[in-house]
Amino acid sequence: MSERPGSASRHWRNQRLTAIALVPLGLWFLASLLRQPSLDYAIVSGWFAKPLQAFLASLFGAALLWHSMQGVQVVLEDYVGGPLRGISIVIARALHVGAALALAFAILRLAQGAAS
Amino acid sequence: MYTMVLSILHRASGLVLSAAGFLYVGWLAAAAAGPGCYERAVRWLSSLPMRIALALALAAFWYHLFAGIRHLSWDAGLGFEKRTARRSGVVVVVLAAAAFAATIFLTPAGRFLAGMP
Repeated sequence: MSERPGSASRHWRNQRLTAIALVPLGLWFLASLLRQPSLDYAIVSGWFAKPLQAFLASLFGAALLWHSMQGVQVVLEDYVGGPLRGISIVIARALHVGAALALAFAILRLAQGAAS
Repeated sequence: MYTMVLSILHRASGLVLSAAGFLYVGWLAAAAAGPGCYERAVRWLSSLPMRIALALALAAFWYHLFAGIRHLSWDAGLGFEKRTARRSGVVVVVLAAAAFAATIFLTPAGRFLAGMP
């Protein structure tokens, strides 16, 4: 996917940026998840109803999905050949964008649960 | 050979974590949809195959985290010398195994994944 000059190095740099961001964000998420007394609906909806937690959860999700897309793209470029390569990358990208939209919608809705 | 296995493990654990990321989205979407939908999602996640998958994702998380830090230090120009790289590979595997064991055996959620009371 080197359609523009410099796009490969930008890809490389962005992947490192999301990697660095995911060290604290990933540890935050896992620690928060494992610290919950249970994963019942009331506890989980209460967790994401707190503004800071909802903010961190969306930051984590955005970094995770972005980093995931970058990694999946590299794997597809290495292992898929021919016309399937471009198609598989487009499908992977669409799935990741869809997931990001679904995540944003879900977190907004859970955060609003606190107000109502 | 040994460094090649670690490199492939980094890719494989990354792919496992990509799948886990989609589970994260699905889990929150189910919670946003309401208690009924969320309960069904959790019941599915509690099934034996999904518990095995989640334990695998937990192992992948720790391996990818430590191996990722090793890769980032290489980018910073640190530890690229052959002997140091071999040694840091061992450190990554040991740290990941220890962190995985600690989170599986010492946390309620981990014990649940392992099927322990």
